[in-house]
Amino acid sequence: MEQTFDLTIIWAGIIGFGLMMYVLMDGFDLGQGILYPFAPNEKARDTMMNSVAPVWDGNETWLVLGGAGLLAAFPLVYSVFLPALYIGVFLMLAGLIFRGVAFEFRFKAKTSKHLWSWSFCVGSIVASFAQGAVVGAYIQGFETEGFAYSGGALDWLTPFTVFTGLGLVAGYALLGSTWLILKTEGEVQEFAYNITPKLLAGLMAVFAIVSIYTPFVDTSVQERWFSGPSLIWALPVMALFCAFVVFNSVRKRDEGMPFVATMGIFLFSYLGLLASKWPYIVPPKFTIYDAASAYNSQLFLLLGFLFVIPIVLAYTSWTYWVFRGKVKEGGYH
Amino acid sequence: MELDPLILSRIQFAFVVCFHAIFPVFTIGLASTIAGFETLSFKTGNPLWQRLSKFWIQVFAVVFGIGVVSGIVMSFQFGTNWSNFSYATANFLGPVLSYEVITAFFLEAAFLGVLLFGRDKVPQGVHLFAAIMVATGTFISSFWILAANSLMQTPDGLELINGMYYVTSWTDSIFNPSFGYRFAHMGLASFLTAALVVAGVSAWFVIQKREVEANKKALSIAMWFLLVLAPLQAVVGDFHGLNTLEHQPMKVAAMEGNWETSTGVPLLLFAIPDKEAQKNHFEIGIPKMASYVLTHDWDGEVPGLNEVSVEEQPPVFIVFWAFRIMVGLGLLMIAFALWGLILRLRGKLYESTLFLNGLRVMSISPFIAVLAGWVVTESGRAPWLIYGQMTHAQGLTPSLTGGMALFTLIGYVIVYSLVFSSGIYYLLKVFRGGLEKASAPHEMHEIERPMRPFSAAHVAIDEDL
Repeated sequence: MEQTFDLTIIWAGIIGFGLMMYVLMDGFDLGQGILYPFAPNEKARDTMMNSVAPVWDGNETWLVLGGAGLLAAFPLVYSVFLPALYIGVFLMLAGLIFRGVAFEFRFKAKTSKHLWSWSFCVGSIVASFAQGAVVGAYIQGFETEGFAYSGGALDWLTPFTVFTGLGLVAGYALLGSTWLILKTEGEVQEFAYNITPKLLAGLMAVFAIVSIYTPFVDTSVQERWFSGPSLIWALPVMALFCAFVVFNSVRKRDEGMPFVATMGIFLFSYLGLLASKWPYIVPPKFTIYDAASAYNSQLFLLLGFLFVIPIVLAYTSWTYWVFRGKVKEGGYH
Repeated sequence: MELDPLILSRIQFAFVVCFHAIFPVFTIGLASTIAGFETLSFKTGNPLWQRLSKFWIQVFAVVFGIGVVSGIVMSFQFGTNWSNFSYATANFLGPVLSYEVITAFFLEAAFLGVLLFGRDKVPQGVHLFAAIMVATGTFISSFWILAANSLMQTPDGLELINGMYYVTSWTDSIFNPSFGYRFAHMGLASFLTAALVVAGVSAWFVIQKREVEANKKALSIAMWFLLVLAPLQAVVGDFHGLNTLEHQPMKVAAMEGNWETSTGVPLLLFAIPDKEAQKNHFEIGIPKMASYVLTHDWDGEVPGLNEVSVEEQPPVFIVFWAFRIMVGLGLLMIAFALWGLILRLRGKLYESTLFLNGLRVMSISPFIAVLAGWVVTESGRAPWLIYGQMTHAQGLTPSLTGGMALFTLIGYVIVYSLVFSSGIYYLLKVFRGGLEKASAPHEMHEIERPMRPFSAAHVAIDEDL
């Protein structure tokens, strides 16, 4: 078939965008589960869950959309990542399922409420940790033979990936706490203001270690960063600047800025990571072009995605608009 | 003992898919049922239809919610346990499965919210339109899933280059030879499932004398549907079987328990197929009947399992008996449809407690029949993952060890048992709440959350009713 467009680049953009949307959006609601044990009391926990109740499952649609798109557009990623991260993928799914069901039933429960609350908490932490470990595993790269993963079951689990796992738990908690600053008031907001600097410090420690480690995984990344001045240095600088804004705006008791700046930390770190690895999507061997599916398959699905993504975005915006403003005790009524 | 990742992966997939299948098969039929109630409500203005619709929408919301969760696991299993298969077929399966996801999202974003929460907020016509669109959407979803499955049974429109399939024709690959039959067979199965569950639950309410007038209406419609659909399903199933005979003869040989290609083959009612001995024990059959059913000729030739080596034969015992369970339940459904017709003609449809209690039990039968049918078609394809082209062993993830597969198998069993026993327990609560609870104004302390199916149900999970 005549290849009029470089669909592989377009698909890399779509998947990249979807993944970022997922991390930012599910991040703040997973964060509620992570913050849960530290919440001052049961009433605060109700408010925390209520602050994300209208939007959390819409947030998770981005994960499913990204996963499905990955199989269609970059099957090699799908067929290497999933076997390599076999146990991690299971933990993530189990965590997300438990958490999702806990969400539904906690609102319908009276006597068994605390049971669902703890499922929500543990599920959120496990799922976040697993996602962070995936990021670490991506940085490390995968052992492959032909077009299949050839390493062991727990190759992904190294001190580094444990570290990135814990890092993402801290990061999601930070998204969660700054979301609470934005959406709540009184006791819960005060709690969020107090815990945010601690989470920020934790995240920055991870940020530093990942930044130092990543260039040493392979020489091409090292060259990209250290072979003279380059524009990509702007990305970590921006991420650090955003971190400073979070710190400063919390100190000034600003309500919206901490959340916006935290999203900035995630965005610039994410772009920095992509800039390091580009165009490798299954490091160390395969680029996005090696991993791409057939042109006509990419084209066939692109039509559907171009139709559905605007609808999902519109619906998402509408939901956030409907539930704008502060969440009151006991919900939005 | 050496753990075999192949067997464990197959058990795991079978477990997850069986658990999952019962939910969509119900929601597809139920969505149309609700659209039907809404249409009747719109046309007649009789408030009873609305009460029925309100109740069944709650049931739908819960079942839909559980089905979505169990479906997510399946979409990842292709990659974790069957990565060679996923990679080889990604050019086809990727877009097709993604289109299913797109359909589901579009449906959920645009119409499900209106159906579940919009009754008092939009004009009745718009609400009805949403109900019809949700019903249509569930069919489009199953369209994509069945296209994917049918391709594995009767591959077409593909070209294999360097271990990866490329789509040469989207129409040939999507509308592959077995697709139309499978789609019709599953569509009818969904309607039958909804009809029998509605009949069973309504019968139970009638026995209990709860909301009798509305539930009698629902029971009556369900029995009419059963009367038409159950025999129709037998006819469609027969055509589907002939299609299978043409494209997957070994599956039919296993279904019939026929070891040697021969003429005038009997239809076996009972047998214990023994793959090691390559014969049946304790055969009881109707002479020449299988030949007649399959070739429409009493002396027609029916292919036998001896045409292929033992390694290429499907697990005969499983296929043989699963097929008999499915057909047996199908015949039982026809019998109940006729029993209902006779009672109706005598004006006693709602009075025979024996019949009504029978319907209660029958409400489980479509689920068992559907699972048995899937066992026939999936086990009957063995040892092939893609019929005649790729075996299960070739499709397996090369790096997968028995220990890994066992770990996740146990994990999924635990997760599903906990999560779905809660879900089904809750569903039973909704049933017990009945039409009264579904139509009662609910307490407002629960916040309204759009696009969350469970929120449409207002029953507490841990409180006695």
